[in-house]
Amino acid sequence: MTENYTALYEQHKKAGASFTDFGGWQMPLKYESELAEHHAVRNAAGLFDLSHMGEVWVTGPDAAAFLDYALVGKISAVAVGKAKYSLICQEDGGIIDDLITYRRPAAADGTDRFLVVPNAGNAVVVAAALAERAAGFDVAVEDASGTTSLIAVQGPKAEAILLRLVPAAQHELVTGLKYYAAVEVPFLVAGTSRELLLARTGYTGEDGFEIFVDNLDAPALWQAIAAVAEEGELVPAGLACRDSLRLEAGMPLYGNELSREGNPFSAGLGPVVSLAKESDFVGRAALEALKAAGAGSTSGRKLVGLKGLGRRAGRSHYPVLKEGNVVGEVTSGQPSPTLGYPVAMAYVDVEFAEPGTALDVDLRGKAEAFEVVALPFYKRSK
Amino acid sequence: MSKVVAGLEYSAEHEWVAVDGGGPVGVGISAVAADALGDIVYVDLPEVGSSVTAGETCGEVESTKSVSDLYAPVTGEVTEINTAVVDDPALINSDPYGAGWLFKVAVTEAGPLMSAEEYAAANGGEL
Repeated sequence: MTENYTALYEQHKKAGASFTDFGGWQMPLKYESELAEHHAVRNAAGLFDLSHMGEVWVTGPDAAAFLDYALVGKISAVAVGKAKYSLICQEDGGIIDDLITYRRPAAADGTDRFLVVPNAGNAVVVAAALAERAAGFDVAVEDASGTTSLIAVQGPKAEAILLRLVPAAQHELVTGLKYYAAVEVPFLVAGTSRELLLARTGYTGEDGFEIFVDNLDAPALWQAIAAVAEEGELVPAGLACRDSLRLEAGMPLYGNELSREGNPFSAGLGPVVSLAKESDFVGRAALEALKAAGAGSTSGRKLVGLKGLGRRAGRSHYPVLKEGNVVGEVTSGQPSPTLGYPVAMAYVDVEFAEPGTALDVDLRGKAEAFEVVALPFYKRSK
Repeated sequence: MSKVVAGLEYSAEHEWVAVDGGGPVGVGISAVAADALGDIVYVDLPEVGSSVTAGETCGEVESTKSVSDLYAPVTGEVTEINTAVVDDPALINSDPYGAGWLFKVAVTEAGPLMSAEEYAAANGGEL
């Protein structure tokens, strides 16, 4: 497998990052301390390179109808400027990826335009699946992942920091931007104004933004954001804290909570599946059958939150026990830096999924007490 | 690059041993290991009075990202553990060769240990 490097790799190296492979990309794991980066995002702001994420443009007269067919959500109902979290499933209901789809203003000739953002390791697979499903639709699927960078600023200080790069007359574009919405904003980067797509989205449980930028302009934007932040306002933040932040926020990670073997209902993503939409979509028959069978509610396993009562954390793949019998498996787990106790997400048999249920996690041969709790573990105060 | 302190001896499993005369020896983990683990949040040490055997596991070190076994670098009886590091495992990251020491052993048999120079050369540490 060839290793991919983002346009910001040199910036990370200079900042002293240690790197890790993620989905075939060399990504910053942490710069100094992942705990300090985690707390910085909760209390101030963190600067993330998410350029490993994919960007696939879907355009054409049939774009909306096509996405209704290719994804499980009703994308045609998304208003221009808004975004929607959805899934791309297999015929059998297994999850190929979770993704965010942004509806952009139509082109001058009236053609609909959507930007689909899949996960790093899945970008190629998702682009291929979309291209395959496009047969019979008047639509173009263009994978722009190779030329597009994605930079996120996440945390309570994010808006204040970004406003310093935007002319005062356009501040309203940023301050008025709603969660799961995106808008083109003129950013002042290295002395020139650049129109960039700014989205109010994130994967941390905090307020924050993601900015799509051409690879060529990414280093200058990264430096510009860092330069306008005041002392103690912003730190570069790596994938280690991204993982602990999203876990606290109860957000699933593809490969841990979501997989081709799983299904949306067991993952707690039933509401994302629009069985109400009239048109057919890939996976519909299987998903209807899974829902009728009570997947994730009366049958099979369900994704739950687990709170550790001791100090030791459950980790991915550790068995979950009830009176010594295996009733589930941890998908993600670690000590929560914000809450101060171990947290985990796990699939457990539905009869043990009720909050308050006492369970054990097999920590390398030693049973440690956990309790089922409602997700998310952490919710910011507004 | 992670610091390696001269004058200590090191095991292949990244524990350091302070051999300084007659009494029990101090044991900790190297900065190379602490940096690789990331922020350490939990440490499970052997009990005072228990026997440890060079090259065998005697506890665990847990960071935000992973869990690693702790290996005894020498054989003998544990005479003292650092309770401060149990309460505040971050000491292992901030001062692995000082306040982040782990336990002391009355050595009956030394394990296979390297000099600081050998350890640094083998693990990319900085003396």
